[in-house]
Amino acid sequence: MNKPASPAEVAAAESSRVLPEGLARWQRAWSEQLGDAGDCENRSGIAIKPLYTPADWDGSRYGDTVGYPGEAPWTRGIYPTMHRGRAWTQRQLIGLGTPSDYNLRLVDLVNHGATAVSLIPCNSVFRGYDMDEVDAELLGTCGVVVNTADHLDTCLADIDIGRMSCAMNDPSPFTLLAFLLAVARRRGVGWDQVRGTSNQSDYLSHYVANHMFFRIALPGARRILGDHIEFCRRFVPHWNPMSVVGQHMQQAGATPAEAMAFTLATALQNADDCVLRGLDPDSFLPGFTFFFDISLSFFEEVAKLRAGRRIWGRLVRERYDAKDPRSARFKFHAQTSGVDLTRAQPQNNIARVTVQAMAGIFGGLQSLHTDAWDEALSCPTEAGARIAVATQNILREEAHLTDVIDPLGGSYYVETLTDEMEARILECLNVVENAGGMYRAVESGLVQTMIGDSARRFQEKVERGEQTVVGVNRYRVDEDAHARPALDKPDPQRMRAHLAAFAAWKSARPAAAVAHALDALARAAADPRANVFAEVVAAAESGCTHGEICATLRRELGFGHVQAIV
Amino acid sequence: MTTIPKVLVTKIGLDGHDRGSRIVAAYLRDAGMEVIYTPPWQGIANVVKLAIEEDVDVIGISSLATDHLIVPKLTRALAEAGVVGVAVIVGGIVPDDDEAMLVAAGVARVFHPGAPLAEIAEFIRSVVPSLRAEREAA
Repeated sequence: MNKPASPAEVAAAESSRVLPEGLARWQRAWSEQLGDAGDCENRSGIAIKPLYTPADWDGSRYGDTVGYPGEAPWTRGIYPTMHRGRAWTQRQLIGLGTPSDYNLRLVDLVNHGATAVSLIPCNSVFRGYDMDEVDAELLGTCGVVVNTADHLDTCLADIDIGRMSCAMNDPSPFTLLAFLLAVARRRGVGWDQVRGTSNQSDYLSHYVANHMFFRIALPGARRILGDHIEFCRRFVPHWNPMSVVGQHMQQAGATPAEAMAFTLATALQNADDCVLRGLDPDSFLPGFTFFFDISLSFFEEVAKLRAGRRIWGRLVRERYDAKDPRSARFKFHAQTSGVDLTRAQPQNNIARVTVQAMAGIFGGLQSLHTDAWDEALSCPTEAGARIAVATQNILREEAHLTDVIDPLGGSYYVETLTDEMEARILECLNVVENAGGMYRAVESGLVQTMIGDSARRFQEKVERGEQTVVGVNRYRVDEDAHARPALDKPDPQRMRAHLAAFAAWKSARPAAAVAHALDALARAAADPRANVFAEVVAAAESGCTHGEICATLRRELGFGHVQAIV
Repeated sequence: MTTIPKVLVTKIGLDGHDRGSRIVAAYLRDAGMEVIYTPPWQGIANVVKLAIEEDVDVIGISSLATDHLIVPKLTRALAEAGVVGVAVIVGGIVPDDDEAMLVAAGVARVFHPGAPLAEIAEFIRSVVPSLRAEREAA
């Protein structure tokens, strides 16, 4: 009876037919020793072979699929000089306590090498509330409590906002940017000098993944984003109003290929929306930036970023007929994955973050946040944050990682994997496009279900021991809880003083100006031809608080609710 | 007679990251438990109301961004509503000092990152009979 040939036998037969002698010899030796036992696949489900050779990628399509940095097909990077010309921006996300607590930490990080501002507000801000509307226990524990232009002024004391780029985790309705513009005017800094990014302006990723900023219902959030993009195009030309976030979706469980596909689908949705408003693609696409998670799956992450950059460059040309090369530049910030960090043996996280950061650097990032090793224990301590900054300094200056542009380009493995990740990403992108685009796919819960399924599959691999997590499912040791560091906690007295000052400030404000500005905001929300964000800026300058602005818009545009999908 | 544990999986406070709560809820459901799952940001009064209406054995609170700090408000509200025989468990990022504070406030167990799902299920199964006995006695 004929037994069907095993995959290894088929491969051996094929290889003896078409492959060079050396490769066939190696393949026989491999099969004899391991057979099929060495099979593995990456997080995106792509089978990974033990060896890649010119039989996989021979360089004959170099010009079409790889090319040169700073030009199509963009695989090797978006600038001709890449990290040789300018290293990435060291952008540590920080936010803790009161505005003056935040300022101390910010100035310290800048003195230790951070080259840009990043600001994470308190979860109360994310949810659209002022500090006097939430449980006081939660204030400032995960971000800085910023409710007014004055608060942001304090946060940025001694920081030259005309020179330093500011990235703020500032979702719709973008009150933090409004406060920043108010501060700029006070300091005599022109709005055309203000630079940075509305990090996480992407309401869709919030809706599907971490839900953090979801304070206005989907249609309203969609409109305000468009208004915000139009406003920035006119008045804040160096501001990137659109940050498309793959990071949330990958942290929520999407595979690297899925996260890239959902991010591209989101970017297409937002670009389509801008085109519907009559905007010229070359006027808004240069203001698009991206934000990715970098997991520990090193080569997969490198390939994901290279493939995503190539796909975006092509889509921008084919779908929008964009002519300006800046439109095709896939500028991105990356953050090392917090989900990969462990509470067990937490100092091991320094090694994890280093590998993740290297994947992002080889993937051609423009800006990087390295997680502090103690993130799995609590919001990072100051000492933990310093090591994260030092890690970047070491990688950039001691390890010479930036001497050569795209140093993994041309590797048989990396080029093959980049092609395979591209195919997997496009497959997933098609699923979303066939569902009517990202907005519809999110409304129907399709994307949330896919993310949830992938999260469970990964967790099952960890539980079965197929994915090693050092200290968790292998190499466990008994640990002494006292060896874990004592945590910095916001001083409750300082937060109480911040609350008291806020109450006093509110009652001393010119009430008429505030009421007038909130009225104008409500009218703008009710008028589809008005620009809501312009009124958010006016309200911020008139002394309205974040919570008042959000409450007004929630009333007019509906409160955002999240679907419960298990 | 087999008892099917009934578990409310939810999040209180301000954080919306629900990867953990979704995974735990799906796992417990597939392990044969009856699971009531809510979106994040539930008010404490609503959690108490749900626990009473659904007659749950266990309330599982997922906390990744310090929302565990208001869990003592939940245990107090349960006590004030006269709820007995319901265990509150917390999963997520909880610093050691805070764990002691939660246990003192009546939390039955804290599960940290890396805790195997089977361990959570096992714990729930182990406490349900005595919780039911307590509720029946009350």
